[in-house]
Amino acid sequence: MTELTGWARYPRHETQLVPASAPAAIRTLLAKCSGSIARGNGRSYGDAAIGERTTLLTRGLDRMRAFDPETGLLKVEAGVLLADILTAFVHRGFFPPVVPGTKLVTVGGMIAADVHGKNHHRDGGFGNHLEQLKLVLPSGETIACSRENNADLFAATVGGMGLTGTIIEATFRLKPIETGWMRQRTVVAADLDGAMAALRETADATYSVAWIDCVARGASLGRSLIYAAEHATREEIEALRPGAAAFPPPKTGRLAVPFDLPAWTLNRWSVGAFNEFYFRRGAAQAGDPFLVHWDPYFFPLDGIQGWNRIYGRRGFIQHQCVIPTAAARPTLGAILDRISRRANPSFLAVLKQLGGSFGHLSFPLDGYTLALDLPVTDDVFPLLDEIDRLVVAAGGRLYLAKDSRQSQATFEAGYPGLAKFRDIRRAVGADGCVASRLSARLGI
Amino acid sequence: MQDRKTMLLLGATSDIGRATALQYAQAGWQVLLAARNVEAARREADDIATRTGAEVGVHRLDILETDRFEAFIDELPTLPDTVACVVGELGDQARAQTDLGHATLLLRSNFEGPALLLGIFAERFLVRRSGTLIGVSSVAGDRGRGSNYVYGAAKAGFTAFLSGLRNRLAPAGLKMITVKPGFVRTRMTAGMKLPPLLTAEPEEVGRAIFAAAEKGRADVIYVRPVWRMVMTTIGLIPETLFKRLRL
Repeated sequence: MTELTGWARYPRHETQLVPASAPAAIRTLLAKCSGSIARGNGRSYGDAAIGERTTLLTRGLDRMRAFDPETGLLKVEAGVLLADILTAFVHRGFFPPVVPGTKLVTVGGMIAADVHGKNHHRDGGFGNHLEQLKLVLPSGETIACSRENNADLFAATVGGMGLTGTIIEATFRLKPIETGWMRQRTVVAADLDGAMAALRETADATYSVAWIDCVARGASLGRSLIYAAEHATREEIEALRPGAAAFPPPKTGRLAVPFDLPAWTLNRWSVGAFNEFYFRRGAAQAGDPFLVHWDPYFFPLDGIQGWNRIYGRRGFIQHQCVIPTAAARPTLGAILDRISRRANPSFLAVLKQLGGSFGHLSFPLDGYTLALDLPVTDDVFPLLDEIDRLVVAAGGRLYLAKDSRQSQATFEAGYPGLAKFRDIRRAVGADGCVASRLSARLGI
Repeated sequence: MQDRKTMLLLGATSDIGRATALQYAQAGWQVLLAARNVEAARREADDIATRTGAEVGVHRLDILETDRFEAFIDELPTLPDTVACVVGELGDQARAQTDLGHATLLLRSNFEGPALLLGIFAERFLVRRSGTLIGVSSVAGDRGRGSNYVYGAAKAGFTAFLSGLRNRLAPAGLKMITVKPGFVRTRMTAGMKLPPLLTAEPEEVGRAIFAAAEKGRADVIYVRPVWRMVMTTIGLIPETLFKRLRL
């Protein structure tokens, strides 16, 4: 048995690790396991990728299968890292249709969490761009699913947190890009109303997201920087940075957090000082568009190895909710107000507009999503329970890929597709047999 | 643009083989993979082709079928510019001590097969007057130890063979690189407790091999330089003391 955690290093659970080296091995391994879940690169934050008894490691399924430059269609095994896809294809003029905030995720994980990116308001989640996936059921049968074939199982597997079986292969379309640069525009918002208005106004941009200063209170509550961006064209490179290479190489992170920082490192003053500096620096860039390398634009934290250690040994909780548009303003205001009053505020807070989704357990719905990072302390749990009540009252829900602590009642209130999901899980024989700590905790 | 160079990788389904072939493909080489398990090699070939856009061919090779070696080379689409042999079989030392069949398998697949095959390529390269050979041997061959001397002896034989071959090829201007990777995190070593500072990733080995063979001037490389020091130290221990150590 091995002690395992998600990326947030909370909670910790004992599990038996079972490595798989090829797609063909999944069949036999799955048949032998019960209470088992697939784990890719372990970047879900909470307990989603920790098996109830055994955890099937799928990083050995990291071979790419085929690529057609005419159509952009890419077929890969499920353990392939997004980072490897970017390394292989950006310089050839192709970009994934959707990327989350880290490139250190597997394709299988991107499907299981139906990840969203900064373009969700326009392009939907990763699942919307999947042509096909291959799933191994507990019976050992391998099934190809798509919007046309086995559509119900497809809709359950996209966003289904690995609970319908093990995803072994995926086919999706990369989109053409002219350069590896982003043309970014920064908008400064003085408060929450301003931030939401700026997100609506930048909704015609392909990518848009807001960074919120969670320490700001009172009239400045919700002051933000909104980053809108497009893939830059060759002409724009010539105009903004003449002579720059169209495809700069991927950046490799040189910074690292070598040990767990003591718990007091992040406090109201240190975070406040950092936020002040960060806000002013960002505000100074506001106005004219400028060029940014794709890597730091999409994956700023990947540049710092082991950044999850800054929260100390007890780990942290990432709380990400989505609030339907109608109720968004008052609910987000109430949440931010509670967070900003804390002695230990959130170090990282992100606000973004989302569109709908089709997976039975997919997270996105029409509205605004707020993500908060909070170190684990004794008082964080009652605070988050209180916030969850606000989320439920507004008809919102929490992102399962980040979750480690919501109650079953909160979960059931937020996911109306659950009954259908359970039916499909029973129908393919996955209930009881495919189980993570998350599914056990939430009674999925 | 000049014609694409071709490299042949013997033992393509190993982690080091995969990483090495990928380095060559990324540098624009045409890659040929040879392995006993053609289906598994096909999986690697598709992966490398998808990642790089290079052409990758697959050829069947059983390192124990020495009488098929000449035919194997004749059937290749071209005589490669570079041949790298990463074939190896760690086996089970305890079993090899009493099971002659297993010991023979280790000696043949780590020494006899790889040495004879590279030997034939060397002859053809001498006729053509060009070519680079790469043999992946092991630090285990630097001095026999109780815990793995059957494997180690085979690798020692291979190292000596490559050294002799290099001596013969050098006047003709042909290159022979011996690689001693040290510990590498691969399927072969999965589950073993390995010291992090002495342990390389397969990608690191692939990069080191490509750099030594196609850019550098080294003849024998240890992937992590610290290994040269470690093995020199181990080599200096007097036998009277060495024989009592549990290594």
